[in-house]
Amino acid sequence: MSLDAETVRRIAALARIRVREEEVARLQGELNHILAWIEQLSEVRTEGVEPLPGAMRMTLTMREDVVSDGDLHDAILANAPDRADNAMGSFFAVPKVVE
Amino acid sequence: MTAPTDFTIAEARAALAAKRISAKELTAAHLAAIERLKDLNAFITVTPERALADAAAADARIARGEARPLDGIPLAVKDLFCTSGIRTTAASRILGTFIPPYESTVSAKLWAAGAVCLGKTNLDEFAMGSSNTTSAFGNVVNPWRRRGDNRDLVPGGSSGGSAAAVAARLCLGATATDTGGSIRQPAAFTGTVGIKPTYGRCSRWGIVAFASSLDQAGPIARTVRDAAILLREMSGHDPKDSTSADAPVPDFEAAVGRGVAGLRIGVPREYRLDGMAPEIEALWQQGIAWLQEAGATIHDISLPHTRYALPTYYIVAPAEASSNLARYDGVRYGLRVEEGGDLDAMYEATRGAGFGAEVRRRILIGTYVLSAGYYDAYYLKAQKVRALIQRDFDEAYRSVDAILTPATPSSAFAIGEKQDDPVTMYLNDVFTVPANLAGLPGISVPAGLDASGLPLGLQVLGRAFDEETVFRVAAAIEAAAGFDALPQLRAA
Repeated sequence: MSLDAETVRRIAALARIRVREEEVARLQGELNHILAWIEQLSEVRTEGVEPLPGAMRMTLTMREDVVSDGDLHDAILANAPDRADNAMGSFFAVPKVVE
Repeated sequence: MTAPTDFTIAEARAALAAKRISAKELTAAHLAAIERLKDLNAFITVTPERALADAAAADARIARGEARPLDGIPLAVKDLFCTSGIRTTAASRILGTFIPPYESTVSAKLWAAGAVCLGKTNLDEFAMGSSNTTSAFGNVVNPWRRRGDNRDLVPGGSSGGSAAAVAARLCLGATATDTGGSIRQPAAFTGTVGIKPTYGRCSRWGIVAFASSLDQAGPIARTVRDAAILLREMSGHDPKDSTSADAPVPDFEAAVGRGVAGLRIGVPREYRLDGMAPEIEALWQQGIAWLQEAGATIHDISLPHTRYALPTYYIVAPAEASSNLARYDGVRYGLRVEEGGDLDAMYEATRGAGFGAEVRRRILIGTYVLSAGYYDAYYLKAQKVRALIQRDFDEAYRSVDAILTPATPSSAFAIGEKQDDPVTMYLNDVFTVPANLAGLPGISVPAGLDASGLPLGLQVLGRAFDEETVFRVAAAIEAAAGFDALPQLRAA
């Protein structure tokens, strides 16, 4: 499987990463080189093998479903690139989404 | 008298207890060394005021007879562990100004044990790399140089700053993380000891995530005993990490002197690569001979899927990374780049400007292998091969107690070498990646020098949650090797 330039643009858009047009050809080459190398996995017989999603077949532990902290508005917003403070409270601010 | 920066942690602990040195003196010596060797670029952030305050508190507890296990021991923390009130960057522009309001569990445990925080060490961006050359804060320089050659060498990666700082005696030990070899490969390149414990041994809470099913924290130190001392304090169950193991933490240090008599050591034939450097092969044979002389028995074993570990890793790790790194969106923390336009335009501009080339490549690979139509061919296939790799180890551990391999296929290389294409760099982790995929503990211990005078490491792998055997075998290698070479660039 080999990526064409259009697929590179599509996955960059899916990943929300701006790729300049002049970078597409180089990225396409690099990604195809990596994918060609990965391709050797196709020779491994895996019929009937149960996929291993994590390092261990572990049972994830559950914690108690209780509120353990709160009132952390200032800490949560301390690193916000932009914030809005008004009568309703303090918020993360983003470019206008709804006209 | 030993210079304070030459102490091992065990020696410093004894000197502090006997009041032959104060935590303040020990800390000041390390801060001076960091300043003098700042051209190594091992640290992204140094925290001298915090360090001296920690030292004063440790001295007060020691004076009161209330010393904690690591009281007054100056440590460095990889800049991937969130530290409350101290900038944490993951060596990325996208987190360049991030100041966490919380502390990672592992670093919190070290401070609670009395350790002194010297600062945050450099790394490959988001821990993606094997040479510490992808950092947005510049390359780290390996304190070692080839004989008769003044070129700067890489310290390995991604925990290159931690390894360089320990080797150059800028700290007594450091935290690190290992997703595919990021503790063991830099330890091997710098003549230090680094252990990646069993997946689940250390909490991942508060560590900037790269590939969550592979990431594990561990220490880098100058001796096997010191690594054992640090790992004990870093380990333990944490309800804040659902993959953290609720297993008792043994006294790893006690295992160090226990010897290897009667242990069965496996030597996997698939790790003998075509075209492997004769020096690496010779070191491996030497390691086998040492363990035999110390009373272990050697067994030829097979791990048939070894050669598929790296390509499996380069599906699993980028897939998880592409998902984990989706959080860097310019909204809640970190960099934001706005060039007009809508919210999507802001995301794309922020992430385009904030991520370096290697991180971007891995996010794109990960996005591709998870995308509709390719998930089964790549990601599901990789998970199945991962199961086979783990099965190989399960089979092997029926007949052996630990496995001995080289740590890396070469010694440290020069900055710029091996960077013709990404795959060449990925091959650095050929011996270390399988343990991450299978979740097993692995240690790198310095075992000799190559012809150009650079350190080489041997790797010991163990069963899940059997770091004690790993420490026993590593200590036997350390004792037999008598590795006492020193890097050219170092404190004192």
